Amino acid sequence: MDKNEEKQREEEREQVVSPWEVSSSGKIDYDKLIDKFGCQRLDQSLVDRVQRLTGRPPHVFLRRGVFFAHRDLNDILDAYEKGEKFYLYTGRGPSSEALHLGHLVPFMFTNRYLQDAFKVPLVIQLTDDEKCMWKNLSVEESQRLARENAKDIIACGFDVTKTFIFSDFDYVGGAFYKNMVKVAKCVTYNKVVGIFGFTGEDHIGKVSFPPVQAVPSFPSSFPHLFSGKDHLRCLIPCAIDQDPYFRMTRDVAPRIGYHKPALIESSFFPALQGETGKMSASDPNSAIYVTDSAKAIKNKINKYAFSGGQESVELHRKLGANLEVDIPVKYLSFFLEDDAELEHIKKEYGAGGMLTGEVKQRLAKVLTELVERHQVARAAVTDEMVDAFMAVRPLPNMFD
Amino acid sequence: MAYSKDQLLARLKDLQIEFSQYEHPAVMTVEAQAKYVGNIGGGLSKNLFLKDKKHRFYIVSALADTKVDMKVLSQRLGLGKGGLRMAPEETMLEILKVPLGSVTPFALVNESARDVALLLDKGFKAQERCFFHPLSNDMSISLNTNDLDKFLKSIGRDPAYVDLEANPAVGKDQPPDLAAFVPSGSTVLPDLPDPASAVQSAGGSHVNANNNCKAATEKAIKPAKDVQNVKDKSAKAVNPSSSFTDAEKFVEEILDRISAKLLSETKEGNIAQQGQELGNEIANRLRKCCYPELKNLATIFKNTAYTQGFHAGKASSLTQCPRT
Repeated sequence: MDKNEEKQREEEREQVVSPWEVSSSGKIDYDKLIDKFGCQRLDQSLVDRVQRLTGRPPHVFLRRGVFFAHRDLNDILDAYEKGEKFYLYTGRGPSSEALHLGHLVPFMFTNRYLQDAFKVPLVIQLTDDEKCMWKNLSVEESQRLARENAKDIIACGFDVTKTFIFSDFDYVGGAFYKNMVKVAKCVTYNKVVGIFGFTGEDHIGKVSFPPVQAVPSFPSSFPHLFSGKDHLRCLIPCAIDQDPYFRMTRDVAPRIGYHKPALIESSFFPALQGETGKMSASDPNSAIYVTDSAKAIKNKINKYAFSGGQESVELHRKLGANLEVDIPVKYLSFFLEDDAELEHIKKEYGAGGMLTGEVKQRLAKVLTELVERHQVARAAVTDEMVDAFMAVRPLPNMFD
Repeated sequence: MAYSKDQLLARLKDLQIEFSQYEHPAVMTVEAQAKYVGNIGGGLSKNLFLKDKKHRFYIVSALADTKVDMKVLSQRLGLGKGGLRMAPEETMLEILKVPLGSVTPFALVNESARDVALLLDKGFKAQERCFFHPLSNDMSISLNTNDLDKFLKSIGRDPAYVDLEANPAVGKDQPPDLAAFVPSGSTVLPDLPDPASAVQSAGGSHVNANNNCKAATEKAIKPAKDVQNVKDKSAKAVNPSSSFTDAEKFVEEILDRISAKLLSETKEGNIAQQGQELGNEIANRLRKCCYPELKNLATIFKNTAYTQGFHAGKASSLTQCPRT
């Protein structure tokens, strides 16, 4: 194979991962991504360390490698060991009303694990301005979507005494804006083009947006929460496609006298049809939505979930399933809490003892339980509750 | 004063109701009962004592072979999909004045059971005679449905027979067909202890209290007689469900879920398999599987309380410091 052919092969396997596009001609190569972005693998020793420090079993997503990469997590843990607290920062771009399971992943991890295990506060940014600009929504519509999404986020179980949710349109100004300007001064136009791929045709709103997503990493952006705590560290759980924003932020932070935020990053939740991309809110059959009924969930899994099983029962019993591409097993590894059961399923299914139908049935049960629990919680979230979460108020018990 | 078996039998004779009685060792299930009276002609009955979320009670009396689907029944009564549960044993004693294994339409003779609804299987009508316990499960009496009706009328009840296996659609244009059976008076109960011990199977068939403890408490509080619309996609409750504002209802909700999970853990021969270890085993499994769900509920409760306090605080500062 000569040099040219090799190069061609390389380019063909090109994958695109950015905050606005995730696609690949084959499976997403996460190792390559880690190399390209320059972050670190979250290995077992780190997971063990977290377990020791928090005194509780690590979350499913950590055990199964869903959250698989990080930046400076060790520094946060070092500080925590010495008694220094930190705060969490995560966010959502409210581009649609329909939230699917993939969207819930960072919130589930942040809430049911990080917030509980470390007992730290959380700020959640709703980037309604970003969606207004990128998706060409009206200001009112993006604000409305932000509030609707906030309800689903709250339904994940966040504690109002430790969580501050804000939308950019509401909150940008004051100390937040001051930090935005400080950050903006440190990033050249060329740099931002290099990181985000802007062209001369992109409007200036887009170009000046990155600081908005950067500054929640700095405690001084939230004087009502962290005044006097300028050296509070920040940990950002997010999907790996958000890494570019925070690479930029980490670059700028020391130059303006702040700690670099640490990151803990997750892989993409695969679409029902297979691993080649991430779920899209615009294709209803690529995902399980939090509004889906038990029937719809069962239907979608049965009809659209890409199966690694063989074409016929006989063949399947002989060869077993291809676990690499099988979506139901992948989904189970996200949401089936019982390690032993998952192992059993993988073993039996991989050997051909278990059939695709059974695996899909198990998955339907797990997802239905999850979604129904979410729906109950969602129904209890009122507009007043959203107001309370979004009110600019102190959180005196945030470290309890 | 609770009616005794002898008092009931005496009363039946007074009413000139024709019945045959058969004594046998105490039986807890229809299968066991069948061993003693199964070959005598007549339909054996299974009797379920159920309750809904608003503490209303129901006796569902059906032929042993009739399939009773609690979810369907719940919807037909207008209680939503998960609105019916097996009633705890304490309530059986308190309201029906009968112990576990003895639920029977005859229990309605007691004053305390005046607000309990009765649903009778229309399948009984096709039988020459049907068997029921006369307030005690060490005896079965068989009688014709006409005679049963005579008795019910004598205690002021209007006997109504229902096709229990039917599954009609319930929705916006099709109101729940059994809604009329829902009692309008409410029964006041004394403090109930932990219902986790209330695994009852009156009549013994495997009618599972809804494994699926996803009660969708999606609608507004007002305890109005509503046709519950469970599948409301964008349920924007104007007021939060009372499960999350009322401590009593909240605890009920939690205990309902625990008992439902408990029932699902104790079915199907677990008892035989595990024997003494069962208690520990169940306690552990319960803890594991209930924890995330209950934590979710508790967080919603906390958030709701905070929200109400927050708005009260805002309003109070507005009224105290008028803008100048």
